[in-house]
Amino acid sequence: MERVPILRIGKTLLVTIQIDLQDDIVMQLQEDLAEQIVATSATGVIIDITAVEIVDSFIGRMLSAVGSMSRLFDAETVIVGMRPAVAITLVELGLSLPGVRTAINAEKGLRLLNGRT
Amino acid sequence: MQLDSGHGKIADFIRANQAKVLDRWGELVQAAVGSRISAQEIHRELEEIFDLVVRSMSDADESARGELRAVLGELSRSRARNGFNPTETAMGVFSLKDAVYELVADAPDLAGEYVDFARMVDDLGLLTFETYTAAREQIIADQAEFMLELSTPVVRLWDGIIAVPLVGTLDSARTQLVMEKMLNALVDTGAEHAVLDITGVPTVDTEVAQHLLKAVMAVRLLGAECTISGIRPQIAHTIVSLGIEFGDIATKATLADALAYALGRSGLRVGPA
Repeated sequence: MERVPILRIGKTLLVTIQIDLQDDIVMQLQEDLAEQIVATSATGVIIDITAVEIVDSFIGRMLSAVGSMSRLFDAETVIVGMRPAVAITLVELGLSLPGVRTAINAEKGLRLLNGRT
Repeated sequence: MQLDSGHGKIADFIRANQAKVLDRWGELVQAAVGSRISAQEIHRELEEIFDLVVRSMSDADESARGELRAVLGELSRSRARNGFNPTETAMGVFSLKDAVYELVADAPDLAGEYVDFARMVDDLGLLTFETYTAAREQIIADQAEFMLELSTPVVRLWDGIIAVPLVGTLDSARTQLVMEKMLNALVDTGAEHAVLDITGVPTVDTEVAQHLLKAVMAVRLLGAECTISGIRPQIAHTIVSLGIEFGDIATKATLADALAYALGRSGLRVGPA
């Protein structure tokens, strides 16, 4: 099974999703992230979904869940690079991703996290 | 408009009386359309049609029939575009019956054939009407498309601040288009602030408010902020009476206020030089 790599930059974890998101990949990612946050005592997680073109309600909910989960470890999640079509889909699905912050691109996402600490 | 060869008599009769029929027909058409088309032009148009009608009646001339249909179609399309009403357009064909009838009345032996002739003219009239309607519908569709394009510009107000001035009623199709354009502009320019200006939106009901809320939500998902501006007093009144809640969405009275707010959020301040 494909895995999404998790990169560590200082106190921030960077997850760049470059593949089509399948439900099991997202579940695996959630687990990996939880482990990594604990292992690295990261304070921020950036999930870059620039390459993601299709989302469904499950993936929308999982993104939200990642946010709530990392908050338990006192890490903040920022989703960056969402495409317009994805945003419209999520809104139509009634998912406004509570508990997750968003930024236009990875650079602004990093600034958001750094401004916090 | 199928006439067999046995119906050549009326065709000959009409051809023999071409000048009379054309003059009378021209008068009738002129009365219907008024002074918007000159008498010469009507005469020229009718002459062409008349010639084709006679040709398609007298012999089994398929090409004449096709040509007749094409000419009538073109004529009714141009009538539709120039703002003539359906009656004026259809009368152009139907009055040929009257013009011919006035002459046939004096020749009782042609009465039988006249019925066939009348049926053919009716068919042509229907064709005219059909083309006219199709042309009008095309005009309406084109205009709707133009309006959609015209009414959704995205303007850059400042570095990182874009504005979308909305003009006209918001329905779901337009909201979708506006939303897409705005989100694309945000992604393309990396702007962090969008202002939705609804000064030009005549009414805000629960549906429109719902659309606006969706747009704001989508902007937030991208990681940008969205301000709604241009809420006129009577619209504010409607919004309150309908019990619409904009929640934590920033709303401003004017576009200027929204710009000042957005500049402030970006850490900029406008003051006297």
